Amino acid sequence: MGRVTSPAPVEIERTESAEEVFAVPEPDVPWVTIVHNDPVNLMSYVTYVFQTYFGYSKDKATKLMLDVHHKGRAVVSSGSREEMERDVQAMHGYGLWATLQQDRK
Amino acid sequence: MPGTFEPLPGGGAAVALDDVEISIIRSLAVQLLELIGPGPAEDAPDDPLAELFADGPSEPPADPVLRRLFPDAYSDPEGAPQAKEAEEQRVYSAEFRRYTENDLRAGKRDNALAVIRSLDALNSGGAGGAVLKLSPEESRQWLNSLNDLRLAIGSRLEITDEEDTDLLYRLPDEDPRKPMVMAYLWLGGLQETLVSTLMP
Repeated sequence: MGRVTSPAPVEIERTESAEEVFAVPEPDVPWVTIVHNDPVNLMSYVTYVFQTYFGYSKDKATKLMLDVHHKGRAVVSSGSREEMERDVQAMHGYGLWATLQQDRK
Repeated sequence: MPGTFEPLPGGGAAVALDDVEISIIRSLAVQLLELIGPGPAEDAPDDPLAELFADGPSEPPADPVLRRLFPDAYSDPEGAPQAKEAEEQRVYSAEFRRYTENDLRAGKRDNALAVIRSLDALNSGGAGGAVLKLSPEESRQWLNSLNDLRLAIGSRLEITDEEDTDLLYRLPDEDPRKPMVMAYLWLGGLQETLVSTLMP
């Protein structure tokens, strides 16, 4: 879908740049959209939203929904801050509890 | 089957509703519509163009239902941020709210209005209940609005974790929250069956 960058290449770049000693503040550090658990939203509805809005497969949408349900939260997309604000706004439109933050881990 | 959406051939969904059910959904949708309202930023109501460019509010709503429908975009419910970080999150959330909340309110109003309109079209048809038929687009609006209604009722009932939901099932009949809980669970059934007709 192009919307979400796969985490794998990021990890690889991180490992390489970790050899540099200085933690240079990076404006390009991606932002992430996080959906939080909430006892009201139906599991089927949350899966539906992930499939419909992000275009995720049923399997991926279901896995993310279960992460939200069991772990209390899940990263559902990543990208620029503007893109994540758009995703968070869309999630609020659907009634999901979403926030964005810079992926500092 | 009553209270159960079924897919229509060629898209859309249908549900049989009696008069009481129609009036309950309609009344809840009207209340939601009134609660969401046009939002607090109405400084220039005389000029319809100005409204298009008006900023939304920057403060979170005081009402807990509205706070749930329009949550802060920059806040970590599990985090305990330092004072500086918390202030940064507050400023970012305020800015996000200013640029998004009016649109979000308008979207939720449109969905609630679509629910009311389709029920009103139904009422003129006959007495004693009817079969509500929704187009795929109406189904999506209903789905969103049923979710908003459940969030609103859930917030009023102070459902904040899974255990609260379990407790609701065991409320004694004389509990004053019982009618609201019945409505909440019934709307959940409607939403569950409606979403299954829409699953891609």
